[in-house]
Amino acid sequence: MAEKKGKYTTVSIPVTLYNRIKKLIEGTGFTSVSQYVTYVLREVVAEHEQASQEEPFTEEDKERIIEKLRKLGYI
Amino acid sequence: MVSRPHGGRLVYRVATGRRREALLEEAREVPRLDVGLERAIDLLDIAYGAFSPLEGFLIQEDYISVLEDMRLHDDTPWTIPIVLDVDPAEIAGVSEGDDIALFYNGEPIALMRVEEIYGWDKKRHAQLVYKTVDVNHPGVAKTLARKELLVGGRIDLVGEPPNPFEEVTLWPRETRVLFRERGWKTIAAFQTRNVPHRGHEFVQKAALTFTDGLLVHPLLGWKKKGDYKDEVIIEAYKALIANYFPKNVVVLAGLRMNMHYAGPREAVHHAIVRKNFGATHFIVGRDHAGVGDYYGPYEAWDLFNEFPDLGITPLFIREAFYCKKCGGMATEKTCPHPPEYRIKISGTRIREMLRRGERPPEYMMRPEVAEVVLKYSNPFVE
Repeated sequence: MAEKKGKYTTVSIPVTLYNRIKKLIEGTGFTSVSQYVTYVLREVVAEHEQASQEEPFTEEDKERIIEKLRKLGYI
Repeated sequence: MVSRPHGGRLVYRVATGRRREALLEEAREVPRLDVGLERAIDLLDIAYGAFSPLEGFLIQEDYISVLEDMRLHDDTPWTIPIVLDVDPAEIAGVSEGDDIALFYNGEPIALMRVEEIYGWDKKRHAQLVYKTVDVNHPGVAKTLARKELLVGGRIDLVGEPPNPFEEVTLWPRETRVLFRERGWKTIAAFQTRNVPHRGHEFVQKAALTFTDGLLVHPLLGWKKKGDYKDEVIIEAYKALIANYFPKNVVVLAGLRMNMHYAGPREAVHHAIVRKNFGATHFIVGRDHAGVGDYYGPYEAWDLFNEFPDLGITPLFIREAFYCKKCGGMATEKTCPHPPEYRIKISGTRIREMLRRGERPPEYMMRPEVAEVVLKYSNPFVE
Protein backbone atom coordinates (compact mmCIF):
# COMPACT_ATOMS: atom_id res chain seq x y z
CA MET A 1 0.00 0.00 0.00
CA ALA A 2 1.35 3.43 -0.93
CA GLU A 3 2.47 5.70 1.91
CA LYS A 4 0.18 8.65 2.60
CA LYS A 5 1.58 12.11 1.93
CA GLY A 6 0.74 15.39 3.65
CA LYS A 7 0.36 16.28 7.30
CA TYR A 8 -3.03 14.84 8.25
CA THR A 9 -5.46 12.19 7.09
CA THR A 10 -8.95 11.11 8.10
CA VAL A 11 -9.74 7.97 10.08
CA SER A 12 -13.32 6.97 10.79
CA ILE A 13 -14.51 6.18 14.28
CA PRO A 14 -18.08 5.52 15.42
CA VAL A 15 -20.03 8.67 16.23
CA THR A 16 -20.92 7.23 19.64
CA LEU A 17 -17.24 6.88 20.49
CA TYR A 18 -16.55 10.36 19.17
CA ASN A 19 -19.23 11.75 21.49
CA ARG A 20 -17.86 9.87 24.50
CA ILE A 21 -14.36 11.19 23.83
CA LYS A 22 -15.68 14.72 23.34
CA LYS A 23 -17.27 14.54 26.78
CA LEU A 24 -14.19 12.93 28.31
CA ILE A 25 -11.80 15.68 27.24
CA GLU A 26 -13.90 18.54 28.57
CA GLY A 27 -11.83 20.53 31.04
CA THR A 28 -8.60 18.70 30.15
CA GLY A 29 -5.65 20.03 28.16
CA PHE A 30 -6.95 18.32 25.01
CA THR A 31 -8.58 20.80 22.67
CA SER A 32 -10.09 18.34 20.16
CA VAL A 33 -11.07 14.71 19.74
CA SER A 34 -8.40 14.38 17.03
CA GLN A 35 -5.73 15.58 19.44
CA TYR A 36 -6.83 13.04 22.06
CA VAL A 37 -7.02 10.16 19.59
CA THR A 38 -3.55 11.01 18.23
CA TYR A 39 -2.14 11.07 21.77
CA VAL A 40 -3.63 7.72 22.73
CA LEU A 41 -2.66 6.03 19.48
CA ARG A 42 0.93 7.25 19.72
CA GLU A 43 1.13 5.76 23.19
CA VAL A 44 -0.29 2.41 22.11
CA VAL A 45 1.78 2.18 18.93
CA ALA A 46 5.00 3.00 20.83
CA GLU A 47 4.27 0.18 23.30
CA HIS A 48 3.87 -2.33 20.47
CA GLU A 49 7.03 -1.12 18.73
CA GLN A 50 9.04 -1.35 21.97
CA ALA A 51 7.97 -4.93 22.51
CA SER A 52 9.17 -6.09 19.09
CA GLN A 53 12.71 -4.68 19.08
CA GLU A 54 15.93 -6.66 19.01
CA GLU A 55 19.17 -6.23 20.98
CA PRO A 56 21.21 -3.47 19.35
CA PHE A 57 24.56 -5.34 19.29
CA THR A 58 26.06 -8.77 18.76
CA GLU A 59 27.72 -11.04 21.34
CA GLU A 60 31.10 -10.23 19.75
CA ASP A 61 30.50 -6.50 20.17
CA LYS A 62 29.50 -7.17 23.75
CA GLU A 63 32.78 -8.93 24.58
CA ARG A 64 34.80 -6.06 23.13
CA ILE A 65 32.78 -3.53 25.09
CA ILE A 66 33.17 -5.46 28.35
CA GLU A 67 36.93 -5.45 27.82
CA LYS A 68 36.93 -1.67 27.38
CA LEU A 69 34.71 -1.15 30.44
CA ARG A 70 37.15 -3.27 32.50
CA LYS A 71 40.11 -1.22 31.32
CA LEU A 72 38.33 2.01 32.25
CA GLY A 73 37.45 0.62 35.68
CA TYR A 74 33.68 0.60 35.23
CA ILE A 75 33.44 -3.14 35.93
CA MET B 1 15.09 -3.99 31.05
CA VAL B 2 17.02 -0.94 29.80
CA SER B 3 15.23 1.38 27.37
CA ARG B 4 15.00 0.38 23.74
CA PRO B 5 16.76 2.77 21.36
CA HIS B 6 14.74 5.72 20.17
CA GLY B 7 13.07 5.05 16.84
CA GLY B 8 13.69 1.32 17.18
CA ARG B 9 17.35 0.89 16.21
CA LEU B 10 20.62 1.94 17.78
CA VAL B 11 22.56 3.67 15.04
CA TYR B 12 26.26 2.85 14.71
CA ARG B 13 28.00 4.58 11.84
CA VAL B 14 31.61 4.33 12.95
CA ALA B 15 33.74 2.93 10.15
CA THR B 16 36.45 0.49 11.26
CA GLY B 17 39.09 -1.76 9.67
CA ARG B 18 39.19 -2.04 5.89
CA ARG B 19 36.02 -0.06 5.40
CA ARG B 20 37.56 2.85 7.27
CA GLU B 21 40.72 2.60 5.17
CA ALA B 22 38.64 2.71 1.99
CA LEU B 23 36.61 5.66 3.20
CA LEU B 24 39.75 7.54 4.24
CA GLU B 25 41.10 7.06 0.75
CA GLU B 26 37.84 8.31 -0.71
CA ALA B 27 37.95 11.33 1.63
CA ARG B 28 41.11 12.52 -0.12
CA GLU B 29 39.42 12.40 -3.52
CA VAL B 30 35.97 13.90 -2.98
CA PRO B 31 35.10 17.58 -2.30
CA ARG B 32 36.18 18.71 1.15
CA LEU B 33 34.18 20.68 3.69
CA ASP B 34 35.82 21.94 6.87
CA VAL B 35 33.76 21.85 10.06
CA GLY B 36 34.35 23.25 13.52
CA LEU B 37 34.31 21.41 16.84
CA GLU B 38 30.55 21.74 17.36
CA ARG B 39 29.68 19.97 14.10
CA ALA B 40 32.42 17.43 14.78
CA ILE B 41 30.69 16.69 18.10
CA ASP B 42 27.33 16.35 16.31
CA LEU B 43 29.03 13.81 14.05
CA LEU B 44 30.16 11.78 17.05
CA ASP B 45 26.66 11.82 18.54
CA ILE B 46 25.15 10.66 15.27
CA ALA B 47 27.75 7.98 14.56
CA TYR B 48 27.79 6.46 18.05
CA GLY B 49 24.00 6.38 18.28
CA ALA B 50 23.38 9.07 20.90
CA PHE B 51 21.14 10.72 18.30
CA SER B 52 19.46 7.49 17.12
CA PRO B 53 17.49 7.21 14.88
CA LEU B 54 19.38 9.98 13.03
CA GLU B 55 21.95 8.60 10.61
CA GLY B 56 23.13 11.99 9.46
CA PHE B 57 22.26 15.66 9.34
CA LEU B 58 18.56 16.38 8.74
CA ILE B 59 17.16 16.53 5.24
CA GLN B 60 14.54 19.17 4.58
CA GLU B 61 11.34 17.21 5.24
CA ASP B 62 12.69 16.09 8.61
CA TYR B 63 14.02 19.56 9.37
CA ILE B 64 10.64 21.20 8.75
CA SER B 65 8.81 18.49 10.65
CA VAL B 66 11.14 18.87 13.67
CA LEU B 67 10.86 22.63 13.55
CA GLU B 68 7.08 22.75 13.29
CA ASP B 69 5.87 19.57 14.98
CA MET B 70 8.81 18.44 17.14
CA ARG B 71 8.78 15.11 15.35
CA LEU B 72 10.73 13.56 12.49
CA HIS B 73 8.83 13.04 9.26
CA ASP B 74 8.06 9.45 10.34
CA ASP B 75 6.39 10.77 13.55
CA THR B 76 9.26 9.86 15.90
CA PRO B 77 9.59 12.54 18.61
CA TRP B 78 12.58 14.83 17.93
CA THR B 79 12.76 18.38 19.19
CA ILE B 80 16.15 19.91 18.30
CA PRO B 81 17.13 20.16 14.61
CA ILE B 82 20.59 18.67 14.02
CA VAL B 83 21.78 20.46 10.90
CA LEU B 84 24.94 21.12 8.95
CA ASP B 85 25.25 24.69 7.69
CA VAL B 86 27.44 25.72 4.77
CA ASP B 87 28.24 28.76 2.67
CA PRO B 88 27.18 28.43 -0.98
CA ALA B 89 30.82 28.88 -2.04
CA GLU B 90 31.92 25.95 0.10
CA ILE B 91 29.77 23.53 -1.82
CA ALA B 92 29.99 25.06 -5.27
CA GLY B 93 30.04 22.17 -7.73
CA VAL B 94 28.57 19.67 -5.26
CA SER B 95 25.28 18.10 -6.30
CA GLU B 96 22.74 16.03 -4.46
CA GLY B 97 23.90 12.42 -4.55
CA ASP B 98 27.60 13.33 -4.32
CA ASP B 99 29.86 12.26 -1.49
CA ILE B 100 31.80 14.90 0.42
CA ALA B 101 34.48 14.60 3.08
CA LEU B 102 34.08 16.51 6.34
CA PHE B 103 37.41 17.64 7.76
CA TYR B 104 38.10 18.78 11.28
CA ASN B 105 41.39 20.45 12.10
CA GLY B 106 42.95 19.36 8.82
CA GLU B 107 41.99 15.68 9.18
CA PRO B 108 39.10 13.78 7.61
CA ILE B 109 36.47 13.03 10.24
CA ALA B 110 33.50 11.77 8.19
CA LEU B 111 32.21 10.95 4.75
CA MET B 112 28.79 12.29 3.89
CA ARG B 113 26.37 11.42 1.12
CA VAL B 114 24.75 14.73 0.16
CA GLU B 115 21.05 13.94 -0.03
CA GLU B 116 19.82 17.51 -0.09
CA ILE B 117 21.03 21.11 -0.09
CA TYR B 118 18.41 23.60 1.05
CA GLY B 119 17.89 27.08 2.42
CA TRP B 120 16.59 27.95 5.87
CA ASP B 121 15.02 30.88 7.62
CA LYS B 122 17.27 31.40 10.63
CA LYS B 123 14.94 33.82 12.40
CA ARG B 124 12.03 31.42 12.11
CA HIS B 125 14.29 28.60 13.28
CA ALA B 126 15.24 30.69 16.33
CA GLN B 127 11.64 31.62 17.08
CA LEU B 128 10.43 28.04 16.95
CA VAL B 129 13.35 26.35 18.70
CA TYR B 130 14.22 29.03 21.28
CA LYS B 131 10.86 30.83 21.42
CA THR B 132 12.66 34.13 20.92
CA VAL B 133 14.75 36.00 18.37
CA ASP B 134 16.54 38.00 21.04
CA VAL B 135 20.23 37.97 20.14
CA ASN B 136 21.15 38.00 23.83
CA HIS B 137 19.99 34.39 23.96
CA PRO B 138 23.16 32.33 23.30
CA GLY B 139 21.34 29.79 21.13
CA VAL B 140 19.74 32.51 19.02
CA ALA B 141 23.04 34.35 18.60
CA LYS B 142 24.66 31.13 17.44
CA THR B 143 21.82 30.34 15.04
CA LEU B 144 21.87 33.76 13.41
CA ALA B 145 25.63 33.52 12.95
CA ARG B 146 25.38 30.22 11.09
CA LYS B 147 25.82 29.87 7.33
CA GLU B 148 23.17 30.31 4.66
CA LEU B 149 22.47 26.77 3.43
CA LEU B 150 21.89 23.41 5.08
CA VAL B 151 23.16 20.08 3.83
CA GLY B 152 21.33 16.91 4.78
CA GLY B 153 22.55 13.37 4.43
CA ARG B 154 23.85 10.21 6.02
CA ILE B 155 27.37 10.12 7.43
CA ASP B 156 30.10 7.61 8.22
CA LEU B 157 32.61 8.50 10.91
CA VAL B 158 36.26 7.92 10.02
CA GLY B 159 38.05 10.03 12.61
CA GLU B 160 37.45 11.82 15.89
CA PRO B 161 38.43 15.14 17.41
CA PRO B 162 40.87 14.71 20.33
CA ASN B 163 39.10 13.73 23.54
CA PRO B 164 40.63 15.00 26.79
CA PHE B 165 38.14 12.85 28.73
CA GLU B 166 38.74 9.46 27.15
CA GLU B 167 38.63 7.67 30.51
CA VAL B 168 35.10 8.84 31.28
CA THR B 169 33.60 8.81 27.80
CA LEU B 170 31.06 6.08 27.18
CA TRP B 171 28.74 5.73 24.18
CA PRO B 172 25.28 4.12 24.09
CA ARG B 173 26.43 0.59 23.26
CA GLU B 174 28.84 0.75 26.18
CA THR B 175 26.42 2.06 28.81
CA ARG B 176 23.87 -0.52 27.68
CA VAL B 177 26.33 -3.36 28.23
CA LEU B 178 27.45 -1.80 31.52
CA PHE B 179 23.90 -1.57 32.86
CA ARG B 180 23.29 -5.21 31.95
CA GLU B 181 26.54 -6.27 33.61
CA ARG B 182 25.49 -4.47 36.77
CA GLY B 183 22.05 -6.06 36.61
CA TRP B 184 20.27 -2.71 36.48
CA LYS B 185 16.80 -2.76 34.99
CA THR B 186 15.82 0.80 35.84
CA ILE B 187 18.23 3.68 35.39
CA ALA B 188 17.64 7.36 36.13
CA ALA B 189 19.75 9.71 34.04
CA PHE B 190 20.83 13.10 35.32
CA GLN B 191 21.89 15.70 32.79
CA THR B 192 24.24 18.37 34.03
CA ARG B 193 26.55 21.20 33.03
CA ASN B 194 27.24 22.18 36.61
CA VAL B 195 29.37 21.24 39.54
CA PRO B 196 27.04 19.42 41.98
CA HIS B 197 25.52 21.26 44.91
CA ARG B 198 23.31 19.80 47.62
CA GLY B 199 20.16 20.43 45.59
CA HIS B 200 21.48 18.30 42.72
CA GLU B 201 22.53 15.56 45.12
CA PHE B 202 19.06 15.59 46.68
CA VAL B 203 17.23 15.04 43.39
CA GLN B 204 19.71 12.36 42.32
CA LYS B 205 19.17 10.47 45.55
CA ALA B 206 15.40 10.96 45.33
CA ALA B 207 15.52 9.25 41.91
CA LEU B 208 17.80 6.51 43.21
CA THR B 209 15.30 5.52 45.88
CA PHE B 210 13.22 3.81 43.22
CA THR B 211 15.65 3.00 40.40
CA ASP B 212 18.48 0.45 40.36
CA GLY B 213 21.11 2.91 39.26
CA LEU B 214 21.93 6.50 38.43
CA LEU B 215 23.67 7.73 35.30
CA VAL B 216 25.34 11.07 35.99
CA HIS B 217 25.83 12.43 32.51
CA PRO B 218 27.59 15.79 32.29
CA LEU B 219 27.82 17.46 28.92
CA LEU B 220 31.31 17.94 27.58
CA GLY B 221 31.36 20.44 24.75
CA TRP B 222 30.56 24.05 23.95
CA LYS B 223 29.09 25.95 26.87
CA LYS B 224 28.47 29.62 27.43
CA LYS B 225 30.82 31.98 29.22
CA GLY B 226 30.59 31.64 33.00
CA ASP B 227 29.64 27.93 32.97
CA TYR B 228 31.97 25.50 34.73
CA LYS B 229 34.80 24.03 32.67
CA ASP B 230 34.38 20.36 31.73
CA GLU B 231 37.35 19.12 33.75
CA VAL B 232 36.04 20.85 36.88
CA ILE B 233 32.62 19.20 36.54
CA ILE B 234 34.09 15.73 36.07
CA GLU B 235 36.48 16.03 38.99
CA ALA B 236 33.81 17.52 41.27
CA TYR B 237 31.43 14.65 40.52
CA LYS B 238 34.16 12.10 41.20
CA ALA B 239 34.57 13.68 44.63
CA LEU B 240 30.84 13.66 45.33
CA ILE B 241 30.33 10.06 44.23
CA ALA B 242 33.35 8.74 46.12
CA ASN B 243 32.27 10.38 49.36
CA TYR B 244 28.46 10.45 49.37
CA PHE B 245 27.07 7.56 47.27
CA PRO B 246 27.20 3.82 47.95
CA LYS B 247 29.56 1.85 45.69
CA ASN B 248 28.24 0.69 42.33
CA VAL B 249 24.98 2.59 42.22
CA VAL B 250 26.26 5.46 40.08
CA VAL B 251 27.86 5.57 36.65
CA LEU B 252 29.64 8.82 35.85
CA ALA B 253 30.11 9.21 32.12
CA GLY B 254 30.82 12.33 30.11
CA LEU B 255 28.72 13.02 27.06
CA ARG B 256 30.25 14.99 24.21
CA MET B 257 27.21 16.96 23.11
CA ASN B 258 26.54 20.62 22.41
CA MET B 259 24.31 22.74 24.63
CA HIS B 260 21.66 24.82 22.87
CA TYR B 261 19.97 26.47 25.88
CA ALA B 262 16.63 25.77 24.21
CA GLY B 263 14.79 25.15 27.48
CA PRO B 264 11.72 22.89 27.12
CA ARG B 265 12.60 21.57 23.66
CA GLU B 266 16.09 20.75 24.79
CA ALA B 267 14.83 19.03 27.94
CA VAL B 268 12.92 16.57 25.73
CA HIS B 269 15.98 16.22 23.51
CA HIS B 270 18.12 15.41 26.54
CA ALA B 271 15.64 12.72 27.56
CA ILE B 272 15.67 11.15 24.08
CA VAL B 273 19.47 11.04 24.06
CA ARG B 274 19.56 9.38 27.51
CA LYS B 275 17.01 6.82 26.33
CA ASN B 276 19.55 5.87 23.66
CA PHE B 277 22.11 5.32 26.41
CA GLY B 278 19.67 2.86 28.00
CA ALA B 279 18.19 5.06 30.73
CA THR B 280 14.58 4.31 31.65
CA HIS B 281 14.00 7.52 33.61
CA PHE B 282 15.17 11.07 33.11
CA ILE B 283 15.34 13.71 35.82
CA VAL B 284 13.83 17.00 34.72
CA GLY B 285 14.53 19.77 37.15
CA ARG B 286 13.75 23.44 37.40
CA ASP B 287 14.41 25.51 34.26
CA HIS B 288 16.01 22.55 32.53
CA ALA B 289 18.40 23.66 29.74
CA GLY B 290 17.20 27.20 30.20
CA VAL B 291 19.10 30.45 30.28
CA GLY B 292 18.16 33.84 31.71
CA ASP B 293 14.40 34.13 32.08
CA TYR B 294 13.40 33.03 28.60
CA TYR B 295 11.48 29.99 29.90
CA GLY B 296 9.20 29.37 32.84
CA PRO B 297 10.83 27.39 35.66
CA TYR B 298 8.68 24.31 35.04
CA GLU B 299 7.72 24.92 31.39
CA ALA B 300 9.66 21.85 30.27
CA TRP B 301 7.39 19.63 32.36
CA ASP B 302 4.37 20.67 30.29
CA LEU B 303 6.10 19.89 27.02
CA PHE B 304 6.79 16.31 28.11
CA ASN B 305 3.02 15.83 28.30
CA GLU B 306 2.85 16.17 24.51
CA PHE B 307 4.94 13.02 24.04
CA PRO B 308 3.12 9.89 25.24
CA ASP B 309 5.39 7.87 22.96
CA LEU B 310 8.76 9.13 24.23
CA GLY B 311 9.75 5.75 25.68
CA ILE B 312 11.54 7.18 28.72
CA THR B 313 9.83 8.28 31.92
CA PRO B 314 10.45 11.87 32.97
CA LEU B 315 10.93 12.37 36.68
CA PHE B 316 9.67 15.78 37.62
CA ILE B 317 11.44 16.73 40.81
CA ARG B 318 10.89 20.18 42.27
CA GLU B 319 13.79 22.37 43.26
CA ALA B 320 15.20 21.41 46.65
CA PHE B 321 16.08 23.83 49.44
CA TYR B 322 17.61 23.51 52.87
CA CYS B 323 15.04 23.75 55.65
CA LYS B 324 16.38 24.85 59.03
CA LYS B 325 13.35 23.41 60.80
CA CYS B 326 13.50 20.04 59.00
CA GLY B 327 17.27 20.05 59.45
CA GLY B 328 17.93 18.90 55.90
CA MET B 329 17.15 19.17 52.22
CA ALA B 330 13.48 19.25 51.27
CA THR B 331 11.05 20.32 48.58
CA GLU B 332 7.64 21.99 48.52
CA LYS B 333 6.12 18.52 48.60
CA THR B 334 8.02 17.30 51.64
CA CYS B 335 8.38 20.36 53.87
CA PRO B 336 5.50 22.16 55.64
CA HIS B 337 7.55 25.07 57.01
CA PRO B 338 7.24 28.73 56.03
CA PRO B 339 9.77 30.56 53.83
CA GLU B 340 11.78 32.02 56.74
CA TYR B 341 13.10 28.53 57.52
CA ARG B 342 14.07 27.77 53.92
CA ILE B 343 17.40 28.53 52.31
CA LYS B 344 17.47 28.45 48.52
CA ILE B 345 20.43 26.60 47.06
CA SER B 346 21.28 29.04 44.33
CA GLY B 347 23.76 27.95 41.67
CA THR B 348 24.42 31.60 40.81
CA ARG B 349 25.20 32.47 44.43
CA ILE B 350 27.47 29.46 44.78
CA ARG B 351 29.33 30.47 41.61
CA GLU B 352 29.81 33.98 42.97
CA MET B 353 31.24 32.63 46.22
CA LEU B 354 33.59 30.28 44.42
CA ARG B 355 34.67 33.06 42.09
CA ARG B 356 35.72 35.05 45.16
CA GLY B 357 37.61 32.03 46.44
CA GLU B 358 35.12 31.43 49.27
CA ARG B 359 33.99 28.00 50.37
CA PRO B 360 30.15 27.75 50.26
CA PRO B 361 28.52 26.53 53.49
CA GLU B 362 28.14 22.77 53.78
CA TYR B 363 24.37 22.87 53.40
CA MET B 364 24.94 24.32 49.92
CA MET B 365 27.91 22.31 48.68
CA ARG B 366 29.85 19.34 50.02
CA PRO B 367 33.32 20.45 51.22
CA GLU B 368 35.04 17.81 49.05
CA VAL B 369 33.31 19.27 45.98
CA ALA B 370 34.11 22.87 46.91
CA GLU B 371 37.73 21.88 47.42
CA VAL B 372 37.96 20.58 43.86
CA VAL B 373 36.56 23.80 42.40
CA LEU B 374 38.69 26.07 44.58
CA LYS B 375 41.93 24.45 43.53
CA TYR B 376 41.41 25.80 39.98
CA SER B 377 42.58 29.38 39.47
CA ASN B 378 39.69 29.83 37.01
CA PRO B 379 37.09 27.05 37.03
CA PHE B 380 34.78 28.89 34.60
CA VAL B 381 34.52 29.07 30.81
CA GLU B 382 35.88 32.40 29.56
